[in-house]
Amino acid sequence: MDFSYTIWIPLIPFLAFFLVGLAGNNKSPKIWGLISTGAIAVSAVLSYMTAWRYLFQVGKVEETYQKIIAFNTTWLTFTDKLHIDMGVLLDPISVMMLVVVSTVSLMVHIYSLGYMKGDPGFYRFFAFLSLFSFSMFGLVLATNLFQMYIFWELVGVSSFLLIGFYYYKDSAVAAAKKAFIVTRFADLGFLIGILIVSYLTGTFDFQTLTDPNGAAMTQGAGVAFLGLSTMTWALILIFMGGAGKSAMFPLHIWLPDAMEGPTPVSALIHAATMVVAGVYLVARLFPLYYTAAPFALEVVAVVGGFTSLFAAIIACTQTDIKRVLAFSTMSQLGYMMLALGVSGYGGHDGLGYMASMFHLFTHAMFKALLFLGAGSIIHAVHSNFMGDMGGLRKYMPITHITFLIACLAISGIPPFSGFFSKDEILAAALHHSTFFFVIEYLVAGLTAFYMFRLYFGIFWGTDRKYEHTPHESPLTMAVPLLILALASMTTGFIPFNDFVTSDGHAFHTHIDWTVAGASIAIAVIGIVAAYFFYKQKNDLPDKAANTFGAFYRWSYDKFYVDEVYMFVTKSILFGIISKSVAWFDRHIVDGFMNLLGRMTAGFSERIKGIQSGRVQQYAFAFVAGVVALVLIFAYLKG
Amino acid sequence: MIPGVSLYEILTISAVVFFIGVYGFLTRKNLISILLSVELILNAVAVNFVAFNVYLYPGDSQGLFFTLFMIAIAAAEVAIAIAIIVDLYRLVKSVDVDETTEMKY
Repeated sequence: MDFSYTIWIPLIPFLAFFLVGLAGNNKSPKIWGLISTGAIAVSAVLSYMTAWRYLFQVGKVEETYQKIIAFNTTWLTFTDKLHIDMGVLLDPISVMMLVVVSTVSLMVHIYSLGYMKGDPGFYRFFAFLSLFSFSMFGLVLATNLFQMYIFWELVGVSSFLLIGFYYYKDSAVAAAKKAFIVTRFADLGFLIGILIVSYLTGTFDFQTLTDPNGAAMTQGAGVAFLGLSTMTWALILIFMGGAGKSAMFPLHIWLPDAMEGPTPVSALIHAATMVVAGVYLVARLFPLYYTAAPFALEVVAVVGGFTSLFAAIIACTQTDIKRVLAFSTMSQLGYMMLALGVSGYGGHDGLGYMASMFHLFTHAMFKALLFLGAGSIIHAVHSNFMGDMGGLRKYMPITHITFLIACLAISGIPPFSGFFSKDEILAAALHHSTFFFVIEYLVAGLTAFYMFRLYFGIFWGTDRKYEHTPHESPLTMAVPLLILALASMTTGFIPFNDFVTSDGHAFHTHIDWTVAGASIAIAVIGIVAAYFFYKQKNDLPDKAANTFGAFYRWSYDKFYVDEVYMFVTKSILFGIISKSVAWFDRHIVDGFMNLLGRMTAGFSERIKGIQSGRVQQYAFAFVAGVVALVLIFAYLKG
Repeated sequence: MIPGVSLYEILTISAVVFFIGVYGFLTRKNLISILLSVELILNAVAVNFVAFNVYLYPGDSQGLFFTLFMIAIAAAEVAIAIAIIVDLYRLVKSVDVDETTEMKY
């Protein structure tokens, strides 16, 4: 069956970007918003169609999902072997990502029609959203590492543009720069990794790279540096790129600041789609990681596990609701990374892989819902801070219910979607080692606690004196909330083990009720704790803060990671290294050049008297010279 | 070919004239005198050309023609030199070579 129409999934938003970006104006902003939204709606329909046809009609050959190259063209040719292609690759994870990206993107477009109403940059916003959608589709459909890298940078640029959307705010500009620089720094590792891998295997192509029986699996296996093989180093470097995009510790510092962008952007880019690109990258190369570099996979697991705990602790103490959600995103991304890290390959061993993709899917839905709900609240209250909110359930019933559903989903309460995916991750972690299980179990409890801290703090608690009474958001904003809430309730029942597996075979899995029961128990404990702390105003939170003392303050200040970066860059890099290098340049290098110049000038000052302007002197010198030469030749001859 | 006069005598004369010209060029202060000295140098060379042609290569005539050209060019050169000197005189009110150091560094 022909899939060549899939090329239009990325191209339609791209055309919309050009049209809206070049022709857009403020006279009739609504039209431009609708053009962008229409473009993404067409892409979404095509995506659903592709997913349906791939998963249920075409993809499965002999009980195994095949990788299908739907479109391919050579973009750059360097040599016969080394060429960069652009194309469309369809396999279970790419069609799953198509569904995620198009759904969330469409919801965010519709939501933004209401949220951004009246903003002077209305059409610019939609142009950027279209650019982002194009880049993200290109990324998930990439057939080779280099195409992925190109689109990887494009989503980075769109993210930069959208974080800095309110460019007249200094903090937004700083946040945009920070996000761009940090992820670019990580992408340096990614690029080096790509170059090493392609050097070792002679290809960028995913199909060749991830073929379990292919030559790529054994290339560069010898010990090369610090006891690790070349391939391991290459894959660790590639993971560094993924860690930068997915905000893994210690490259996470840009994500909380990225909340300076408009809230729909946070929902689309910094919660549901772009930040999972790192997870997607590791999943894409998973067979290579598993077979050729188990140690790199171990690194993925450790980084993911640590980040999930680290971010969850910080999330408990933040007061800006968008930042709480940002740290929550980091924590959940850590979950996904860890699940990939502990996964095996093939059949039931690939549980972690499946769980990671499952969680990616459900997380995209409920986290986008949380962010859009937060946007709705901010829209009504005109503040980001929990301290300015309380008792909102009476004013905003739709936001209240949908937010509650999302909180239940992320906390892992059945039958909401987060329960199913989180359960699979915990089971996979337990299968691998108790240590990871304990960490993730703890994080599950913390997650429930901080999410319901938000929920009770915003919708219950004390009623504030609002300047004007908060009101429910307009229909364009409420409808996406309802749709995503529906998705958060139902997506957990999708039998992912039939569709998305590490080797393409479906395998049987069942809910492990000891793990599930334990995770429900700790989630309930977290919710109950949050209930007693934040339902009514009382002195429990302060008491708890005092009990933890310094630890609470560290957490509140995000464990001073930003300060460490500032110290390293400002004091060490700029202060010591750059300053001494600048001194060397200014005094030694420039000094030598100045010396040469001054010597030449001084010398010519000395001898310039020769050019006296007296013709007879010149003539005399000339004649004397001739006579001297004649005498010398006469002497030599004679 | 002049009877009773050999090439050496003629070359001696032209050398004397040449060095008189050089001496004049180096010592005279008046620009007109310097121009005269240059003419002496040129004429000494011209005599040399003719003498060599007549005494050493009697069958040829390149030396004679060369000399004709030299005389023509010298005339043109004098015209230009006089024009320069007149102009210079307007500028510095003098034809003394020591006072015309406009081309100094």
